[in-house]
Amino acid sequence: MHRKATSLVALTFGLALAGAVAADPVDDTLVVETEDGTIEMRTKAPAPDHLKDVMEFVYSGWHYREDETRDLQRDDFDNPGMVYVDRGLDLWNSAIGTGGESCAGCHQGPETMAGLRAVTPRVDEKTGALMTVENYIDACVTQRMGLEAWGWTGNEMKDMLALISMQSRGQTVDVKIDGAAAPFWEKGKEIYYTRFGQLEMSCASCHEDNQGNFIRADHLSQGQINGFPVYRLKDAGILSAQQRFVGCVRDTRAETFKPNSDEFKALELYVASRGNGLMVEGVSVRH
Amino acid sequence: MVEEVKPRVKVPKSAAAGEVVTIKALISHTMESGQRKNKDGNLIPRRIINRFTCDLNGMNVIDVAIDPAVSTNPYFEFDAKVDAAGEFKFTWYDDDGSVYEDKKPIAVG
Repeated sequence: MHRKATSLVALTFGLALAGAVAADPVDDTLVVETEDGTIEMRTKAPAPDHLKDVMEFVYSGWHYREDETRDLQRDDFDNPGMVYVDRGLDLWNSAIGTGGESCAGCHQGPETMAGLRAVTPRVDEKTGALMTVENYIDACVTQRMGLEAWGWTGNEMKDMLALISMQSRGQTVDVKIDGAAAPFWEKGKEIYYTRFGQLEMSCASCHEDNQGNFIRADHLSQGQINGFPVYRLKDAGILSAQQRFVGCVRDTRAETFKPNSDEFKALELYVASRGNGLMVEGVSVRH
Repeated sequence: MVEEVKPRVKVPKSAAAGEVVTIKALISHTMESGQRKNKDGNLIPRRIINRFTCDLNGMNVIDVAIDPAVSTNPYFEFDAKVDAAGEFKFTWYDDDGSVYEDKKPIAVG
């Protein structure tokens, strides 16, 4: 009798799986166990106003990954990205500047960076330039510390990016798209909807028109970047948003823009604004 | 700086006497297998963590021999029975002779 019941359950489960192949985002809740208690993440939010015509809700990419990958993000200890956050903290505290400066010397603890990741890219009031977290790091490294610039997707840059992003974990993404940011945002939007490469695909082809569908074995997400930088299982390392853009554009068989190019910075602003309302996940785990 | 090896462990702060607790231990390490070649075609010498041990109050809990097939940043999760309060001691042994240690106290009650 007991056995019969089990097989019935198995059958129902099998059917449920078969149904899921059409593959909407998984209905699940992300509660992260940290060293100081738990944080419940908002991984689904009403779409921001500028997206209302296109979609009702925005989802973190977390909803589109398999059970095992999602589980890795539920506990900071299991999240391999935390290794890079730790490395970033060591770098933060070490006197690396030509005059013996460290990040900690000016900024005290990394927690003073709380909130930055949630509002960047943003336009710097003084210079009028669009600034990503990497741009801020670069300004400190080259101007205040007198060092040679770190490679844009090099280890130091990404360790520091991971550390700084972590400080805003659980804060709501809220990048400005009006005022001084408007021209950058418009440019980013244009790139988002422009078809690139021999395959003639735009960002929207996959992440708007076909979100939730499969492209071969890949479950297409909305392409949100609230979880960036991510620990990507495929690379066994940290990946920044613009690094991911390079991968996407390359896959359309196009010559890609470079990280920190005006194009990708504008695109980062636009894509970030599509996730306004979601939470910064610090260092997330994706595949 | 970036090469740095960093151990991390997770132990519950307290347990009931006789309780079995779950322990997680990870060390960031490249675990160079000795099979790979560099750009010039020369073998990159092997450098891995070859042994990991955990002791509770001097009593051995786990002792692992590790071989090159184990991937980067080796991660162990295991159970330990806690009879009395004390300290977990974790030790990793590197091919290059380095020994990395970490300690975590646990209370009983």
